[in-house]
Amino acid sequence: MIFEPMIEVEGLTKRYAGHTAIENLTFVVGRGEIVGLLGENGAGKSTTMRILTCYLPASSGTARVAGFDVFRESREVRRRIGFMPENNPLHHDMRVRDYLKFRARLKGISRVKSRDRVDVVMQQCGLTEVNRRIIGQLSKGYRQRVGLADALVHEPELIVLDEPTIGLDPSQIRSVRTLIKELGRHHTILISTHILSEAEKICNRVLILCEGRIVAADTPENLQKLMNIGGQIIAEIAAPMDELRAEWEDWAEIKHFDLSASDGDYIRCALTPVATCDLRPKIAELMRARSWNFRELTRTPHSLEDIYFQVTRRDGEEDR
Amino acid sequence: MQAFMTLLRRELSSFFLSMSAYAVIAAALFQTALSFVILLYHFSDRETTPLPVTELFFSTQFFWFIFVLIPPIITMRLFAREKALGTFETLMTTPVTDLQIVLAKFFAAMLFYLVVWLPLIACIFVVRQYANDTAPVDYGSIATTFAGILSIGGLFISIGCLSSALTSSQVTAAITSFALGLSLFIVSFLADRLQMSGTWRVQILNYVAMDAHMEDFARGIVDTRSVVYYASGTIFFLCLTHRVLESRRWR
Repeated sequence: MIFEPMIEVEGLTKRYAGHTAIENLTFVVGRGEIVGLLGENGAGKSTTMRILTCYLPASSGTARVAGFDVFRESREVRRRIGFMPENNPLHHDMRVRDYLKFRARLKGISRVKSRDRVDVVMQQCGLTEVNRRIIGQLSKGYRQRVGLADALVHEPELIVLDEPTIGLDPSQIRSVRTLIKELGRHHTILISTHILSEAEKICNRVLILCEGRIVAADTPENLQKLMNIGGQIIAEIAAPMDELRAEWEDWAEIKHFDLSASDGDYIRCALTPVATCDLRPKIAELMRARSWNFRELTRTPHSLEDIYFQVTRRDGEEDR
Repeated sequence: MQAFMTLLRRELSSFFLSMSAYAVIAAALFQTALSFVILLYHFSDRETTPLPVTELFFSTQFFWFIFVLIPPIITMRLFAREKALGTFETLMTTPVTDLQIVLAKFFAAMLFYLVVWLPLIACIFVVRQYANDTAPVDYGSIATTFAGILSIGGLFISIGCLSSALTSSQVTAAITSFALGLSLFIVSFLADRLQMSGTWRVQILNYVAMDAHMEDFARGIVDTRSVVYYASGTIFFLCLTHRVLESRRWR
């Protein structure tokens, strides 16, 4: 497949009076990708999305969606985008079907076609059984689906979802995620979240934002690989506690260790290495040399969460 | 055009789906009916009316309450409510132009405003009946009365649109448009109070005096000067509203 850019962002900066929301963002999202924007509250996720959907202007830099500039060709961009803002605002006094038809007509779809499209998206989002209900009386999970259906109704090339699973219960979260993954087969999706496992499950690629800057951008797997080299090692060894302690203190590669008695004679050692090195072969060798028994030697893989904290912390240290 | 009609229909239905719409209609009806009762009371001891009924109607002060009070209540929700709910964001990210949004909201408010005034027609006919007015009903003057109601209302409603676009609080929007509208209305009486007839200041004050304009309209006179005054005022405030929406793009 030829790489075709859907979103091209270059040097995007947004300053509000007194503070900078995003600074010098540069990234590209290809057609057909599901990209996650990850970051804490206030990291600049919503601002980035609002600029891409033409709701806010950027202070400097350019952003293009499907080749159209978000500022100068805003209508062309808006025609091609399906946006669900944060907290999914809806008209609570309308019925599901009427709302979706209203939105479809607003997005320039003909009367006849809008009828078909509304039926299709209601089916797609599992809204058919509530189509006559008033939105204000629906559960949060259903409302979220109405928001998604609205984002889809005009068959946009790009779907932008700002925290689509916030405030949902676990089963609702799962159904919304499945829906998003399904949509990803035909659409390009940009999704923001602060739930890291979510990005891990849904996205092909994640961009980690911290204080308005991109601090990491890769596939969740690659990020994990990159970080795992320095992962924590757990070893359960049958040896006297004080001997073990003396041993680990001697090792220059170990930054920090933690010993606790496990059942039997075993001591559980949690070792954090200093550098990005793998300590496991060396530990195995040591145990052979001392003829200690062991029953576990594992390296805990980093979750995206650890990676996230690592990159955001490292960034903070550079600043100081 | 499609976006305009879709938005217009949505705005109108949202008016009629809310309780406040009926409260507004009821309040206006009460004011109209109050003027009507006062007129009837006056006629009970007279044989004929000194003036045509449509004209008499506007000499009761309650009538003006509707002009000054109702437009802020109608218009306060237009933009402020959408901003508070967040639906403003979903609206502005659809391929609809700012002008379409402003016009759709303005015309929806105007149509609702017209509905508020409809009971007046019935009142005029009933008063006529009891006033022993033998002259046939003068449809022309009823039409010009409504022309006056619409042009003055257009100005007040465009002021309301602006106030609502400026804030995300409906209360602030209502207070702002009420203050602006009331000031504009009160200026009408300034000319009478000032003891300096003939000066250019009084001429300007007379030119913007709403009660005089309405008197003309009720009499069946459509004065181009007042029509131009209201039309240009309405367009001016709608342009400002449009600018406020646009300002989002350069702030």
